[in-house]
Amino acid sequence: MIPEVGHFALILALAVALVQGTLPLVGASRGDGRLMALGRTAALTQAFLVILAFGALTQAYVTSDFSVTNVVANSHSAKPLIYKISGVWGNHEGSMLLWALILALFGAAVAIFGGNLPDSLRARVLAVQAWIGVGFLAFLLFTSNPFERVSPAPFDGNGLNPLLQDPGLAFHPPLLYLGYVGMSVTYAFAIAALIEGRVDVAWARWVRPWTLAAWCFLTLGIALGSWWAYYILGWGGFWFWDPVENASLMPWLAGTALLHSAIVVEKRDALKSWTVLLAILAFSLSLLGTFLVRSGVLTSVHAFAQDPARGMFILAFLLIVTGGGLALYAWRAPQLQGGGLFQAVSREGALILNNLLLCTLAATVLLGTLYPLFLDLITGNKVSVGPPFFNATFVPICAPLFAALCVGPFLGWKRAELWPALVRLRVAFVVSVMAAIVAAVAVDGRATLAAVAFGFGVWLILGSLTEFLGRVRRGRLRTMPRSAIGMTIAHASLGVIVLGAVATAAWHLEFIQTMKPGERASFAGFEVTLKSVDAVQGPNYIAERATLAVTSDGKPYTTMTPERRLFLVQKRQVAETAIHSNGLRDFYVTLGEGDAAKGWVIRMYYNPLAPWIWLGAAMCALGGFVSLSDRRLRIGAPRRSQGRSRATAQPAE
Amino acid sequence: MRSNRLLFLLPLLTLLVMAGFFGWSLLSGRDPASIGSVMVGRPAPALAAPALRAGDPALTDSLIRSGKPVLLNFFASWCAPCLSEHPLLTRLAERDGVTVIGIAWKDKPDAARAWLKKLGDPFKYAGFDLEGKIALDWGLSGVPETYLIDAQGVVRLHFRGPLTERDVSDRILPLLKAGS
Repeated sequence: MIPEVGHFALILALAVALVQGTLPLVGASRGDGRLMALGRTAALTQAFLVILAFGALTQAYVTSDFSVTNVVANSHSAKPLIYKISGVWGNHEGSMLLWALILALFGAAVAIFGGNLPDSLRARVLAVQAWIGVGFLAFLLFTSNPFERVSPAPFDGNGLNPLLQDPGLAFHPPLLYLGYVGMSVTYAFAIAALIEGRVDVAWARWVRPWTLAAWCFLTLGIALGSWWAYYILGWGGFWFWDPVENASLMPWLAGTALLHSAIVVEKRDALKSWTVLLAILAFSLSLLGTFLVRSGVLTSVHAFAQDPARGMFILAFLLIVTGGGLALYAWRAPQLQGGGLFQAVSREGALILNNLLLCTLAATVLLGTLYPLFLDLITGNKVSVGPPFFNATFVPICAPLFAALCVGPFLGWKRAELWPALVRLRVAFVVSVMAAIVAAVAVDGRATLAAVAFGFGVWLILGSLTEFLGRVRRGRLRTMPRSAIGMTIAHASLGVIVLGAVATAAWHLEFIQTMKPGERASFAGFEVTLKSVDAVQGPNYIAERATLAVTSDGKPYTTMTPERRLFLVQKRQVAETAIHSNGLRDFYVTLGEGDAAKGWVIRMYYNPLAPWIWLGAAMCALGGFVSLSDRRLRIGAPRRSQGRSRATAQPAE
Repeated sequence: MRSNRLLFLLPLLTLLVMAGFFGWSLLSGRDPASIGSVMVGRPAPALAAPALRAGDPALTDSLIRSGKPVLLNFFASWCAPCLSEHPLLTRLAERDGVTVIGIAWKDKPDAARAWLKKLGDPFKYAGFDLEGKIALDWGLSGVPETYLIDAQGVVRLHFRGPLTERDVSDRILPLLKAGS
């Protein structure tokens, strides 16, 4: 009964979305206030209905209702409760429902928090948002109904993919979707602006918080996915340039570029059509990621069943959303008049450089991801594009980006002098060069490029702090806008990530040995003894658990217990890595194949600064949230210039 | 101004090119997971393996060049995916009357025999390759892998990983029907 309620709620939501997508548009073009107001009501109703549907599916999972096909295929009664809940989105249908849910919630958020938007803009934004919703709801109802029944109901389900039965991955998809789908709001704003034929300072100010929120969630989602790959795959690495990872990185890069170019529109009324293009691209790349993962066009480590029929639907959807957006762009964007003029060396110039480099990075990732597909289709050759390609292309482009990143904030708007900015950064520069030299000499003599990259990490942190301290010294801490504090945090955290990534990738130590209980090995200054390997019974798996005693200088240091779990229902093995972290390095142990007679394969990694990768990513998102809490974004204008801001916040139609 | 207009069209054109490729890929029915095989379209390598079951004659090259198509399957008792394709092989042998040859790869003959005894034995001929030497000739990367060899002794299909229902219904059976 409850699944049927969910199904009907979805059908109703589709009907409401159709209304929301049409009538407010008509209202906006005719200036009919009642039709425009309908958009708000419809958005809230749609959100309520999709919440109802999602709740119904969750209920079926929690109570293990095996008369629902989706539950049978992806759940099992012996699963811990948290994985019953995360199982809701651990499959194709459920994750699409989660996508639709978040989309509807963002629509409702625009309806609730969009009180300061002009009626026509809000009506158009909600209508565009509704059309995206129509696409996803139709996709759910016609190709991937999560509420389908099975009769007779089996006694138990097939269980969730063991790789997904992990706390890190339970929350990875919702965060990632908040990021992907959040970009839909920016897209809707861009389309609405193109329809109105107007992009101005006020528009940029309204778009910015939505972009920021989506960007923060996307950052967290990517970080969580990378952390999961780090400890569950047991290879000691944190980023593998897998198509799925690339799919999430591309919208992040485009979103980061958008965040920066929107500043130029907001402050200087320039770069308008470029910003609109980025807003369309950021969401299009999110959709492209979904398409690549779900359609089976590319192979990856991802767990979803792939189906060409669904692929065709998403491709058509992608074409309508992106193609429609870009066609509208090609038609209307040339009429967007740029406002402020500026010289090459200026804050605007620096932000343009930032945009060019970020977009080049996104294009590089896109090319690397799709090249194997294109080559296979044209010539039939199978190639795989992996880390060597990205190390040779992506990493070098980062160098000018990082170099310029610290200089930009010192430059004034319109025109600026480069030299004074560089002079103020001299301490940061000298220390970074010294850090690079120390790294090259003391840590390793071979990978000099890694030492240079390490120096860049130090430069990013010190350069950002220099700018911050400069403001503090001028007594501006009290009046400093939160967005400036957020910028410092986000820029410095990038340095933290770089340090962690470089140290882990270039200077980690690795050790593999077959060990029997009682045997000892010395590794990275530690003495490691395999005490025992025991059989352990989990709720829905059996595991071998190794107990390793680690001593340092003869003194007991810690005990590590890596596991190898065999999930009984799926007959799949998953490694459970043991990681001992002290904030400066990870000591990482995995248990491999083996038996009592031959011994077990033990792999150990010593990853210097590895925790900083995720610490930095979390700080990066934190910086975004701090910036989001800026007063200016909440009330729409800084208090000091209230008079002027009112004029910009509500432009005459 | 005209060139400026074209510039604004560029994103759309890029998208259309990409979408064209995606559509092509979806319609071509290609399997991105297959890493390709050098064996397909070539005469099968020579086959010679000791028999797995006591009392059987050893496997010889004539088995795969007998004028009838055969299915050659590499398996092992320690291999979990082999378990999942086993019912399909059994059905191919029993319902569709396909000649299935099995070779136990890097597996103790005792263990392989016990495995077949427990699950049922779909193999008309069964051999073993304890050291993996035969598998080298066939370009095997692991188990399970399955080769379809046509009546002329040419490899027509090569599956890495367990067979699926779709492999059987969409690729193996149509080829066998067309061949016979």
